[in-house]
Amino acid sequence: MSERPSALDKRTKRTSAPAAEMRDIEKGFNGTPVLKGVDFTLARGEVHALAGGNGAGKSTLMKILQGVHRKDAGVIRIGGREVDFSSTADAEAAGVGMVFQEFSLVPTLSVARNIFLNHEPRRFRMIDDKAMIRRAGEILQGMGVDLDPRAEVRTLPTGYWQLTEIAKALALDAKVLIMDEPTASLTKTESEALFELIGRLKAQGVGIVYVSHRMEEVYRICDRITVLRDGGVVLSDAVADLSPEQIVAAIVGREVDALAWVERPAATKDTTPLLEVRNLTAANGVTDMSFTLHAGEILGLAGLMGSGRTELAKLIFGIDRPMSGEILLRGEPAGITNPRIAIAKGIALVPEDRRLQGLVLDHSVRENLLLPLLPGLNRGPLVDDRRGDGLAARLIERLQIKLVSANRPVRLLSGGNQQKVVLAKWLGRDPDLLILDEPTAGVDIGTKSEIIERIRELADSGKAVIVISSELAELLAVSDRVLVLRNGTVTDDLDRRDIDDEESLQLAIQGVRS
Amino acid sequence: MTQTLAPPPPAGAPSRVSRLRGIDWRSYAIYIGFAVVFLLFAIFLADDGFLSGTNLLNIFRQTAIISVMAVAMTFVISAAQIDLSIGSVAGLSSVCAALAISATGSALFGVLAGLAVGLVVGIVNGSLVTFLGMPSFLVTLAMLGIAFGLAQLITKSAPVPILHDTFNAIFGGGNLGPIPGLLLWTVVAVAIGWVVLNKTRFGRQVLATGGNRVAAEYTGVNTRRITFTVMLVSSVVAAIAGMLYAGRLESGRYQWGTGDELSVIAAVILGGTSLFGGAGSVIGALFGSLLIGLINNGLILAGFDNSQQQIIRGLIIIVAVALARKR
Ligand SMILES: Nc1ncnc2c1ncn2[C@@H]1O[C@H](COP(=O)(O)OP(=O)(O)OP(=O)(O)O)[C@@H](O)[C@H]1O
Ligand SMILES: [Mg+2]
Repeated sequence: MSERPSALDKRTKRTSAPAAEMRDIEKGFNGTPVLKGVDFTLARGEVHALAGGNGAGKSTLMKILQGVHRKDAGVIRIGGREVDFSSTADAEAAGVGMVFQEFSLVPTLSVARNIFLNHEPRRFRMIDDKAMIRRAGEILQGMGVDLDPRAEVRTLPTGYWQLTEIAKALALDAKVLIMDEPTASLTKTESEALFELIGRLKAQGVGIVYVSHRMEEVYRICDRITVLRDGGVVLSDAVADLSPEQIVAAIVGREVDALAWVERPAATKDTTPLLEVRNLTAANGVTDMSFTLHAGEILGLAGLMGSGRTELAKLIFGIDRPMSGEILLRGEPAGITNPRIAIAKGIALVPEDRRLQGLVLDHSVRENLLLPLLPGLNRGPLVDDRRGDGLAARLIERLQIKLVSANRPVRLLSGGNQQKVVLAKWLGRDPDLLILDEPTAGVDIGTKSEIIERIRELADSGKAVIVISSELAELLAVSDRVLVLRNGTVTDDLDRRDIDDEESLQLAIQGVRS
Repeated sequence: MTQTLAPPPPAGAPSRVSRLRGIDWRSYAIYIGFAVVFLLFAIFLADDGFLSGTNLLNIFRQTAIISVMAVAMTFVISAAQIDLSIGSVAGLSSVCAALAISATGSALFGVLAGLAVGLVVGIVNGSLVTFLGMPSFLVTLAMLGIAFGLAQLITKSAPVPILHDTFNAIFGGGNLGPIPGLLLWTVVAVAIGWVVLNKTRFGRQVLATGGNRVAAEYTGVNTRRITFTVMLVSSVVAAIAGMLYAGRLESGRYQWGTGDELSVIAAVILGGTSLFGGAGSVIGALFGSLLIGLINNGLILAGFDNSQQQIIRGLIIIVAVALARKR
């Protein structure tokens, strides 16, 4: 590096160098290797999928590129220049922006303030709120998102948090943009807007790393794909040259069946329904909702964000109270005024937001798994820890949760494995009615089909299941019946056999009658 | 394309090195700090009688009341709440116990009066925090003033002597053989606190509530009841601490316990309980309290005056907390 290259050299080098290049990256946590010599090259103007099973090391690799973690070994070049980031500020300065898998927003601040956090436009050394709101509005508009920049983030549904995250990265004018499962909490329309946006950024020469567990998205928007397994690269190629089966096999390490609907014998409907909802109306947006659910049935809830799916789940589980209408359980008024009663009556809810509602992140996996089971774990006045260890181990085994030790904080698990902990903690209670709100968010393909298999098993054994999912393919694979919700009411109650394909369900959700 | 694919490491069998590196040294900071300060004093204050049996027992006796309250405060802070009223509740309880004894001549009525103070204050604190959703910081800050003022008012600021020997013996004044009664109170409180926090459902639910109240509520934990209970227990324990003051000093007085809330909170935080809730250590709180007592004792023996003691004590606490935070 003693001689300075001429201006011409510099320019040619710049234009030819990849947007980002990672060579032989190694990284371990507390002596456990997570990345074992990973190569990753991101060209300019390319959308590069980064795929792999839960815990394969995708987020870790990207956090290194973003300066959150420091690599143990290896070389990183941005635009041909070798870098060694020690903080996210370094990475931002070099033009690397990231949309975190776990949100990095300040809930009590407005959307605009979050977008410009630490980069606030100033006037006379004071934060220029007007300019900030205007520019935030422009960015959001450019993204095709209808969102008030003045709204406080915590008042928004989680889908908008994701969009705010993306806007935040865009505001930094990044040359490399990392998106870690950006659509995990987006609805179809919002995802579409995001894809359009990605196309626009790509045309501007931004290199985008796209971490996702959704195959159709990879084919839809990605040019290349790199697959990680157990911390090593097992595949790196142009997406167009690969079949979905090849990619899935590389991710999972074996053949996996695609998500397909398995028709199950219809539940007997001449008995009293397990759950009956009559003209339910509540302050949270649910208006005059009615439907029934029988034991042994899997009911899918489809709808846009804000259509009342999550809100319905909250009413059944006693988190919110209805204003009028009735919820009957086994033919009797349910009388559920809080989650404890719901749990005692055999209902379980896997909530939408695992970090906020599902887990105590600083507590161990074991503590989290046992929390709902404590009432049955007594030995005299004390908790039977020996039995608890056994139970936790069995649940970890059952869902194949990847971890170093059950006694370490759940926060250290990969995103998909955290989700499995939330699922496992409720499966342990063996509920009669299981409500799953986006149960496969962030879960890898192999595990997704396992979870669907588990849901079918539960229904086969006579349990009732309600599944909320924005992924229509998954919803159609698992449901016996699909309720379409819009603006807080049931607009369609469809037998799965009568739904031809994703397209027709999508039309029903949008409210387009055929 | 890289084709080398090493087999995954055997799960659940980290090497000894990694296990050592995995130890979170921060949770041992209080014990290390305690040992270091103890050794320093033992070396430099040996000629001043620091290591004599009487002096060491003295440290225990002087910190006992703080230690007892620190056990309850560990639960409060673990549940992501705070109780600033304990010092003045102790004072009010000492006064009420003393007045009841002098009026009736019965120790039992004295104890009941003291406990009643704790119950009433605890129910008020707990209700305001859980049912009205007021921050415990503000509720107990207000209660600090109210209890202090009440104690002063009903005694017209005068001490109320306690002439009941049994009461004085049980609450702090007496010994059981060679062991000071206050030491026994500490041991009992710490033992109960440790078992409840670590081995019972209630303890787990306190930690879950403090760690993530929403997730705990979604999991069926009655977070309101948990919060109410820790606030109530804190006040009742503070009332018992007040009677320990009363017994040891053979009188009830509104100043007993004044300012103790700060020592107690410092002891709990030094002991490794998270100020944000979700993690707590009863044994750590005991050592935090002992460390503070140790420092006080050493500084007096070394001949520092009161103002110097305060400054040095503050500095030591800052260093200890900084060590406990550092990764
Ligand atoms: N800060 C940390 N400390 C210790 N271990 C960690 C830490 N972060 C990640 N790990 C471990 O590293 C491994 C890889 O995690 P990573 O988050 O990179 O997976 P991922 O490929 O993003 O998975 P997912 O698809 O579930 O998000 C996991 O086993 C995880 O437990
Ligand atoms: Mg991840």
